[in-house]
Amino acid sequence: MGALGKPIILMVGMYAFLKFVLPNIPGSAPLPSSLIFLYLLLTASGIVIFETLSGESKDAFWGPIQRFLTGENIGGLQALRYGVFILFPLLVGWQTYGSTAVSDLPPTESRTIHPAPPGEYTGLSNPVPKTPENIMQGKGFYAAYCSPCHGGNFDGKGPAARGYIPAPANFADPTTIAMLQESYLFWRIKKGGIGLPIEGAPWKSAMPRWEVELPDEWIWKIIMGEYDGAHQSPRTWE
Amino acid sequence: MSAIQEVETIQRALRAIRGQERWLVGLLLTAGWFLLPSIGLAAEGAAAGPTEYRDIPYIGSRNLVWIVAQLHLLLAGFVLGVPIFAWLCEVIAWRGGEKRYDKLAKEFTKLLTSAYATTALFGGILLFLLVAFYPKLMNYLTDVFFPSFLVYCLLFLLETATLYLYWYGWDAMQYGKKKTLHVFLGFLLNFFALFIMIVPNAWATFQSSPVVIADGTAFERAWAATWNPTWWPINIHRLIANVVLGGYICGAYAGVRYLSVKSTEDREHYDWMGYVGNFIGVFGLLALPFAGYWLMREIYQYNQQMGITLMGGFLSWLFIIQAMLIGVLFLGSNYYFWLGITYRIPGSEAKYRRAMLMMLVSLLLCLAVWMTPHSLVASIEEAQKMGGAHHPLLGVLGVMSAKMTVSNLMILITFMSFVMYWRAGKQDTAGWAKLGKAVMGAVLVLASLAVIVLGIWGYFVPAIVRINYFSTSQVAIVGFVILTITPLTALLLKSAKTTTEMVWGSMPPRAGYALVLNAVMVILLMTLMGYARSSSRVHWHVYGVLRDTSPYAYSPALGSASLIMAFCTFFFCILVAFIFWVATMGDKYKATAGSGKGELPHGIPAMAGGAPDERQQG
Repeated sequence: MGALGKPIILMVGMYAFLKFVLPNIPGSAPLPSSLIFLYLLLTASGIVIFETLSGESKDAFWGPIQRFLTGENIGGLQALRYGVFILFPLLVGWQTYGSTAVSDLPPTESRTIHPAPPGEYTGLSNPVPKTPENIMQGKGFYAAYCSPCHGGNFDGKGPAARGYIPAPANFADPTTIAMLQESYLFWRIKKGGIGLPIEGAPWKSAMPRWEVELPDEWIWKIIMGEYDGAHQSPRTWE
Repeated sequence: MSAIQEVETIQRALRAIRGQERWLVGLLLTAGWFLLPSIGLAAEGAAAGPTEYRDIPYIGSRNLVWIVAQLHLLLAGFVLGVPIFAWLCEVIAWRGGEKRYDKLAKEFTKLLTSAYATTALFGGILLFLLVAFYPKLMNYLTDVFFPSFLVYCLLFLLETATLYLYWYGWDAMQYGKKKTLHVFLGFLLNFFALFIMIVPNAWATFQSSPVVIADGTAFERAWAATWNPTWWPINIHRLIANVVLGGYICGAYAGVRYLSVKSTEDREHYDWMGYVGNFIGVFGLLALPFAGYWLMREIYQYNQQMGITLMGGFLSWLFIIQAMLIGVLFLGSNYYFWLGITYRIPGSEAKYRRAMLMMLVSLLLCLAVWMTPHSLVASIEEAQKMGGAHHPLLGVLGVMSAKMTVSNLMILITFMSFVMYWRAGKQDTAGWAKLGKAVMGAVLVLASLAVIVLGIWGYFVPAIVRINYFSTSQVAIVGFVILTITPLTALLLKSAKTTTEMVWGSMPPRAGYALVLNAVMVILLMTLMGYARSSSRVHWHVYGVLRDTSPYAYSPALGSASLIMAFCTFFFCILVAFIFWVATMGDKYKATAGSGKGELPHGIPAMAGGAPDERQQG
């Protein structure tokens, strides 16, 4: 098992790192199994590529596997070989059953995070002048209407945030509102979760439809306040 | 009835109709004319106004048009990519005197006549289907683009004439001291081919990013519609992609032949051909992400809705699949280079194994970043533990700044793989070799660091700064590395001593399989991107202008779309295999029977594309 030892250790080590080490780094969280599978697949591909770069390494890598499977000169491992032959199909069967059987667990999350806005909202520019007064006013509106969920620090950690799945957006994260134009935010605030298009289903957004409570001007000011408070800039093309 | 009797019967039948061809053609055309309205039997009810759509049972009009259009596009990519590839090889042979490049160019040009006819055939079928199934859309497009339809027809005539001159005149011009004229014809062939590609690109891109002007002449309206925001990005992207397709298909062909040939001479030839195909494919591949990025940028700028549909909306998962396919392509191409170092240059493995490991690990890390989605597939419990669909630590890898950074690094790694292959088996003798290598090393390290720093910095600046300055700087840095290291390496190797001669024909079978895998990945990628481009219009025939009101005005889910993509890939591979088989049939016959076309059975016409070889080889 000489040449096979390192790859096996590497695969086990990688799994342990992804499963137990990475989630415990401060600020991290457990990885979903889909991501662990992806990274393990890459690791396995790398091992196969490296071990088959030359004839010698290929023989050293595949040789033991081939000998084990054919039962050629494996001595006391014969029982293990039969065990693998019996367990492997059972494992595949169990996996197949597990992925197709009816379950009472909720389905996998596969919603569209950023559904495309309707045509009438694309390309709108903020009509409110970007003055310190308007920004301050926007922050005030934000504090009153948005911060209970999106947080006073714009980090998605408001007092009501724990009640929602998915959690309210973290505006301080450079991968959220910084990637979007102001017109997108205007649409999302104005129409709320109920206004999401069919492609955004399952909607899973508790965002209120603010158009029934706030005038458009206030919404535009809130957007300015959000960007300023979260230290982000909207996406523009100029 | 024996086979000989059958052949005689066919020959008698062919002789019997000799002189009656006009009658037969007329009869067939009349029958076709009378059968044409049968398509209308599937029309939707008896509408009061003009028919807007027709359908066919079972497969559906949309799926049929999708498959035929995709196959036509793949074939078009092949017939436009192969002449570029062949012409480059011919120029190398012409200027450098290496005859094997000329042989390679000719071998691939031989494919063109049959491939060209097949492409035109699928183009014709596509046109008939579009006219039959989408009369309203075709009326509208004809109204906008009528002048360019005429230009397209003219281009086809010019391309066909040039192709025939180029192929049938190959030997006559080569041995008649008119090689320069032949090379010029090759240039013309590619020149017309370029325009044959960009004219229909205008029609397709108009559907995505239309520019409609109400006033003006027919020409002015067509010109405004042609010069739409995504026309040139698509032109450049497809041009490069065609070179990549041509290169990798050449590689796959060489790979298949390599696996089956018996003689040492053939093994050496197809091993070398595989190397050339992979080389051209890789060098096109290095530029392709930049062209793709430019295209996406233009789409985003043209319409935020379309941009979000593609990159953040319901099509965003498609780009994770794209990353996986490109990842396999990068791995496959590098693997082939590394196998070349190990097997073709004996003794190099020990020297380069560590470097190959480093490159492999770097490539895999980059791939891991590229394949990490922003919004993860997670069960409800997993999402709860993460606090949403984004992982708090790895979520940052899911956005463009990270993707651009790793794609640039992967390009650098692949380029260095080639440089390593180029240098293997050679010893520097130049006095400045040490300094030169130090400069190259410094350029590479500093460039890699700069690309990474810009990538991280990209998270802390407005999107427009990242897109307009940081991403373009990353591309410029990688371009600078390639433009610096290539001439320096060439200069170094000019005076270098060859310590180990390259041994062609010594690659293991898995190298051949890697070449085939690369070609399949490119074809799959093209089918995937075809779906992306078309689906980004959502329920519009012409985005924002002409709405799709057919029952098919919905985007198929990625799962069902992938079935069509897989079918198109499989069928295209079969078609290409058929074209290769047809084009090389004459050679095989000659090799086994030892005779030329003079000995073909009477009554069976000599195949197009098989002539010049036999004429001159004797």
